[in-house]
Amino acid sequence: MANFETVTVETDLLICGGGMAACGAAVEASYWAKKNGLKVTLVDKAVMDRSGAVAMGLSAINQYVDLNSGANTLKDYCDYVRNDLMGITREDLVANIARHVDSTVHLFEKWGLPIWKDAEGKYIHEGRWQLMINGESYKVIVAEAAKNALAEAGGEYFERVFITHPLMDGDRCVGAIGFSTRQNKVYVFKAKATLVAMGGAVHVFKPRSTGEGFGRSWYPPFNSGASAFFTIYGGAEMTCQEVRFIPVRFKDAYGPVGAWFLLFKALATNAQGGNYMKENAAELEKWQPYGKVKPAPANIRNWLMMLDVMDGKAPIYMQTHDAIKAIAEKSPDEKAARKKLRELEAEAWEDFLDMTISQAILWAATNVEPEKRPSEIMACDPYFIGSHSGASGAWVSGPEDLQNEATRKEYFWGYPHMTTVNGMFAAGDASGASSHKFSSGSFTEGRLAGKAAIAYIADHTAAPNVDGAQVESLKAQILKPLDTFAQHSKTTTDPDVNPNYIRPTQFMYRLQKIMDEYAGGVSSQFKTSGKLLEKGMELLGYLKQDAACLAAEDLHELMRCWENVHRMFQADAHMRSILFREETRWPGYYFRSDKPSMDNTNWLAFVNCTYDRKTEQWAMRKRPVKYLTA
Amino acid sequence: MPSFVIAEKCDGCKALDKTACQHICPNDLMVLDKQKMKAYNREPAMCWECYNCVKICPTQAIEVRGYADFVPLGATVTAMRSTEDIMWTVQFRNKEIKPKRFKFPIRRGVGEGQVKAFGHYPTGDENLKSATLMCEPAGLNTENGPVKFTAVPKL
Repeated sequence: MANFETVTVETDLLICGGGMAACGAAVEASYWAKKNGLKVTLVDKAVMDRSGAVAMGLSAINQYVDLNSGANTLKDYCDYVRNDLMGITREDLVANIARHVDSTVHLFEKWGLPIWKDAEGKYIHEGRWQLMINGESYKVIVAEAAKNALAEAGGEYFERVFITHPLMDGDRCVGAIGFSTRQNKVYVFKAKATLVAMGGAVHVFKPRSTGEGFGRSWYPPFNSGASAFFTIYGGAEMTCQEVRFIPVRFKDAYGPVGAWFLLFKALATNAQGGNYMKENAAELEKWQPYGKVKPAPANIRNWLMMLDVMDGKAPIYMQTHDAIKAIAEKSPDEKAARKKLRELEAEAWEDFLDMTISQAILWAATNVEPEKRPSEIMACDPYFIGSHSGASGAWVSGPEDLQNEATRKEYFWGYPHMTTVNGMFAAGDASGASSHKFSSGSFTEGRLAGKAAIAYIADHTAAPNVDGAQVESLKAQILKPLDTFAQHSKTTTDPDVNPNYIRPTQFMYRLQKIMDEYAGGVSSQFKTSGKLLEKGMELLGYLKQDAACLAAEDLHELMRCWENVHRMFQADAHMRSILFREETRWPGYYFRSDKPSMDNTNWLAFVNCTYDRKTEQWAMRKRPVKYLTA
Repeated sequence: MPSFVIAEKCDGCKALDKTACQHICPNDLMVLDKQKMKAYNREPAMCWECYNCVKICPTQAIEVRGYADFVPLGATVTAMRSTEDIMWTVQFRNKEIKPKRFKFPIRRGVGEGQVKAFGHYPTGDENLKSATLMCEPAGLNTENGPVKFTAVPKL
């Protein structure tokens, strides 16, 4: 075995991840830990200043419920999320995040995040739930708060340590194991409670780009399924693993469309100028009662657009110039109109520069001046992101005080945002069935889970029992790809091609080809069927066996090996869940051609799954959908 | 090669204890060739073009060339980030289009390193099992809103 030092860190709470949810957890948990004499430790595979989905920045805060203004209620937000997810949502979780998210946003402002305000000092909304920000340093500011909170409470954080597996003591999570991506060190974190916030998953499916642009996924390529694997492998019940998200964005560079749709009121049309939302409105009948709600669910908007694409009416365009013209025309005179145009132009470019700089490069490289001509939009690739309009993640307990009699026995088991594994909490993309959290709601869920985890630790004071044999066995397993490479790489003249092993990039290509062709990827316009899924799962079975032959030349490649094992488990859960749900419910996310309709009689239910790491078997089950508001 | 390093400008961060770009890259792509003392992007096809290496480079040695498989050549987007704002210059492929320059704030009212996580509002109760988070319920309210919460709301 490769010679690695083992570093052991003992803590009360371990936060795995460094993104928005993890930073929320670090701030809140540190506050309560300080009062209760407990220690919080955070571990991030990158550096907190620029890690996670907000690494580049953001141009808007997408969840601000604005309860304080009296304009919205918690029920309004639950209605919005439930309808967007075609009825499949945990209202107790959605409401719990929504009732706290405003206080999170107010803290962001206190920490120095520039939020746009009008002359009266009120926040400028992009849409009903969205606020515009100057968000280039959004993550830097939030990370600074998290690091300072940890320091003030006597906690610590580790950067460039990649967590691969949970440590388990029977049915209780007692920490995590991983390795440094900078030095030959394995890290063993022993913890009384562990909070999973390592993001969603990209590159499970083949992206549209095939060359350098492979990395230009909408959601970042470094979010590689670590949360899903950690919770699955620990035996946590998972939910909504079929509910992938496919955003519509500006074509190829995946620049945001939110400001164009919501702030500038731009129209998207087919190549003939037809409004597909109007021309294809008859289709909405099939997806009632969700098809005709306003705003139309994200997947339904995708679907009506995709119908036009399949009908040969592409390219699809965002009519940017019409929108800008319409706004400028409202100005009282020509001078005011010119000033307004300049403002709009800056806002439009900032929208990209704050969060998707590639789109600015693409517009400049194709000489696009948005005030002069329209730009192409397109559905991206499938992503696993429970914080946005997807829903995949672990099945977590809701808060006690929001349950009714019917929901209490299904959705509450002690500590809010704890998974079905004792001592294992989840937040952000790691927790499921609570969509539309976005950045602010993920941070808020981190706060909720962080406080609950401290409460759990106060109730469970015994030191974590970490079995040394388990650690040694995992250590050998984690480092095996280095051993495999060292043993075999010299036997061929090109180390990339060797019959004894597979390198992680090729492994990822194989996974993506399976998912693309059998599980409804880009090449089939997101269509699949029971038979295709069964064949895909057979091929995935070979890949799972071949994971034992992964090879790594260095620490960076070792990280890539484990990222792809993580992705593979996300893929497995996804295919099983699509197969189990015998209907099509989110036609713009995936379409089962053998079950082409929505079946509310049998499938207005959660699809949950659990993995047994000892037998390597999965169990599927339905869980009832019970509402608090509807 | 999404982010690329200009050989002449890169000094391998020899004045620092670690290479800035290697420190910041969220995808662990930037590495230092210790023989040449020059950094490079080891996996361009895994680059998100997040510009974090561009923004942090002390010698402005890093730029981004748009993904070659779908971006025509000739345009540039450059960033100059200070502690309070960021300046952008967008140059088009067609040089007859006037380059665009923008300046946007990145922080307001709180200096770099000065963020205080706690204490902005009072915390209503000290009960670990209650629904009250740090700074609540006071932090749920703003000066502008007519609704004043005295407890965390329920449905």
